[in-house]
Amino acid sequence: MKGRLLWLPVALLGLSAVCFAKANGAWLRKVPQAEHERVNPLAGAPEAIAAGRNLFLDNCAKCHGKEAQGRHSRPPLRSDRIRGASDGDLAWLLKNGEVFKGMPRWAGLPEQERWQIIAYIRSLNSTEPEVQK
Amino acid sequence: MPRESRLYPKISRAPLGVGLLLAGLAQLLCGSLTARAQQEPPYFVTYSSALEEPGNLEIENQNIAAAPKNANGFFAPTIEFEYGTTAWWTSEAYLQGQTTANDSTVFTGFRFENRFRPLPREYWINPVLYVEYEDTSAADKSFLEITGNTSITTQQVANAALRKEVERSIEGKLILSSNAKGWNFSENIIAEKALNENESWEFGYALGAARPLSVTAASHSCAFCRQNLSAGAELFGGLGTRYNFGLKQTEQYAGPTLALNTPHGLTLKFSPELGLNDNSARVLWRFGASYEIQQFRDWFRRSK
Repeated sequence: MKGRLLWLPVALLGLSAVCFAKANGAWLRKVPQAEHERVNPLAGAPEAIAAGRNLFLDNCAKCHGKEAQGRHSRPPLRSDRIRGASDGDLAWLLKNGEVFKGMPRWAGLPEQERWQIIAYIRSLNSTEPEVQK
Repeated sequence: MPRESRLYPKISRAPLGVGLLLAGLAQLLCGSLTARAQQEPPYFVTYSSALEEPGNLEIENQNIAAAPKNANGFFAPTIEFEYGTTAWWTSEAYLQGQTTANDSTVFTGFRFENRFRPLPREYWINPVLYVEYEDTSAADKSFLEITGNTSITTQQVANAALRKEVERSIEGKLILSSNAKGWNFSENIIAEKALNENESWEFGYALGAARPLSVTAASHSCAFCRQNLSAGAELFGGLGTRYNFGLKQTEQYAGPTLALNTPHGLTLKFSPELGLNDNSARVLWRFGASYEIQQFRDWFRRSK
């Protein structure tokens, strides 16, 4: 009987891990391989980063915060998850959103502007300390 | 039983006095205003798949002015309140009025609509479902859409007579929209049914194409950067009724549209729409201004 009960916390832990994984970055698993492998053509370009900052403040800061620190239940954009995602992953998320989890689509923005935003987000994650939420 | 078209044109989106007042009020209230999301195409009649971002409230004043042949000139404003309920659901309320030269100024009714995006991803063609309830009088001259068989000549009737005919109707639209290389292409198919009158289903359409003047953002902030300007064109009109389907006895309009997204949350739009047949006014002059209050719902949250 005791042996059986030992499985209970293990199963609960496993379930929690699955739920946590699902609630955090589950979208990454939906990105098609071809999209995942895309590379930002504007990566690292200072002008693109500056333009991306303006676009970020116009369109993204209202939910994710001016310093990308996250607001309310909306996630920070300085995080291991963002650092671990490829340019293509971020481009896919911006284009498609996660509409049933609150992230709108930004397909109405021209693709070049979406790459500029990604260049800026990358610069936040490479040069500044992570903001813990 | 086949029934001839409704007597008065169906119209809809935009007042100047009330509009400016509300826009000013919005500006005073909105310390949180920042630049508006730039992904909404510059259409007046056509809807695209762009929904309001969740939590945002947009207040828009849309106006139309025309001087139809053999009828008094008019000016019809509409105030719109558009709220992003979720990332896949936008709700909107409209208040409408009009003033006619040598006649009177009247409130013409209200509308309430919801738009839903049923698919979770971006596709080549993106559908949006639109459902609207409207309670408007025949004096409505907002031309938000045109359905059924109509003619601009009905504008000759005095407001006192027009406002007595009130129609309560439901309207559905299938909105199809595509985004490619900075361009937006949108197609709307409209079906409307009066609830308080024995009228058949009425149909209409709207088509639009638009693009920002630049698909890359400038590295510096500027009000008149090319990416803040977008241009396009719209074509819309009636498609008759269930028993009299087609372009015969309908109003048809087409024209260019221009929009400027300023850095402080104000968007300005302008369009001259040209009548394409004898049932249409020669020109409908449209102009509008909108403010977006970003994350309006956060005003009601305790934590920051």
